Amino acid sequence: MTEDKDEKGKIADFYLKEIDRLVTRPIRLMEVCGTHTVAIFRAGIRQLLPEKVDLVSGPGCPVCVTPDDYMDQAIAYAERDDVILTTFGDMLKVPGSKSSLGEARAKGADIRIVYSPLESIDIAKENPTKKIIFLAVGFETTAPTAAATVLEAQKEGLTNFFVLSAHKLVPPALRALLADPQVHVDGFILPGHVCVVTGEEPFGFLPLEYHMPAVICGFEPLDILRTVYRLACQIQGECPAVENEYGRVVKAEGNPTARQLVETVYEPADADWRGIGLIESSGLKVRKEYQSFDAAVAMPIAIEKAARQTACRCGEVLRGIVKPTQCHLFGKACVPEHPVGACMVSVEGSCAAWFKYGSGRYSYGRG
Amino acid sequence: MQEKGVVRMCLAVPAKIIEKKDQMAVVDLSGVQRNVSTMLLPEAQVGDFVLVHAGFAMQIVDEEEAERTNEALRELNIID
Repeated sequence: MTEDKDEKGKIADFYLKEIDRLVTRPIRLMEVCGTHTVAIFRAGIRQLLPEKVDLVSGPGCPVCVTPDDYMDQAIAYAERDDVILTTFGDMLKVPGSKSSLGEARAKGADIRIVYSPLESIDIAKENPTKKIIFLAVGFETTAPTAAATVLEAQKEGLTNFFVLSAHKLVPPALRALLADPQVHVDGFILPGHVCVVTGEEPFGFLPLEYHMPAVICGFEPLDILRTVYRLACQIQGECPAVENEYGRVVKAEGNPTARQLVETVYEPADADWRGIGLIESSGLKVRKEYQSFDAAVAMPIAIEKAARQTACRCGEVLRGIVKPTQCHLFGKACVPEHPVGACMVSVEGSCAAWFKYGSGRYSYGRG
Repeated sequence: MQEKGVVRMCLAVPAKIIEKKDQMAVVDLSGVQRNVSTMLLPEAQVGDFVLVHAGFAMQIVDEEEAERTNEALRELNIID
């Protein structure tokens, strides 16, 4: 074990020295995966890297980018007596415009936390007089699990199971970031588990159209250091490409079966990202053929358009324009127990990670 | 693992398939047995290590990766 640690230490030293040698100007690398956000903090990677390498968090936490309107809609469904809402646990505290699912549950709404969307099927069978709505949130990794659940419900002949889709797609969000003059990025640390499904191809536009280095990254400290090193190589050599440094898990072609199931049930749709706004074709909606499983179509519910005004700067945090501490609410009105913005809700949100692990050297600003 | 604390959607962990029947499999995750669906990975077989996400096997990974990732997740306090 000691030997192993020595070995890892040597490898880390090698990467750090090489990064320092290769990087000749300040660079800024963005990760777009909440698990990377946490891993970078936990391993103290920002403190290890030379100051000229700046790591910023992008919109990589699906909980954080789910907008008020969606939460309001979910809460409105949950408040109905004939509805059981099923959801991943990290959605409970996400603020809508007036309350949260957690508050609705405290007032008696039947909201059940599931580990897998498939559990909704059992709940639907056990409760034939109720309508079961699964909150289908998440990126490319999670969408296939919701799609598979819809297909399973169809196979079982269920008429009381629905999804409320707010799935998000990573590549269109990266395009939107690159089109934003306020956002400055020199390379992307690509989300390993999203790529398990997508494969490499959907990120090919980064080097081809934007001359943007991109490396698919795993979740160990050495994976992240190696990714930064490879990005530094690409930047220095002016040879941007999509490189896969997580090949032991991510196949170049991704998971075609998973993508096929998503394609069967869903089609691309414009989607609203909290703090960023509408991004073209960045979400998934249920196809016409499966509309009987789409809560939004099968049992529409009218909600007032959210008009919540707060000083929350989630939108700028999600684009890496400001650091969490530059928000006046951070650590004061907005803490993990009472989040104002969604970035403070999920343990993988930038603000929550920053709050938990301390700021360290974490300079977002570029002059 | 997920019983402790908040059940998060993004958690993806490697586990070994010890049984498989139709579209379901039983995996061993650090000594805990759990049912997972193989709908998204029909080629997975008994003995394979697979990446598990939200109750579904997502990809076959090698054993060494399974151990390394579990170690990394333990360090992150994401699993016990």
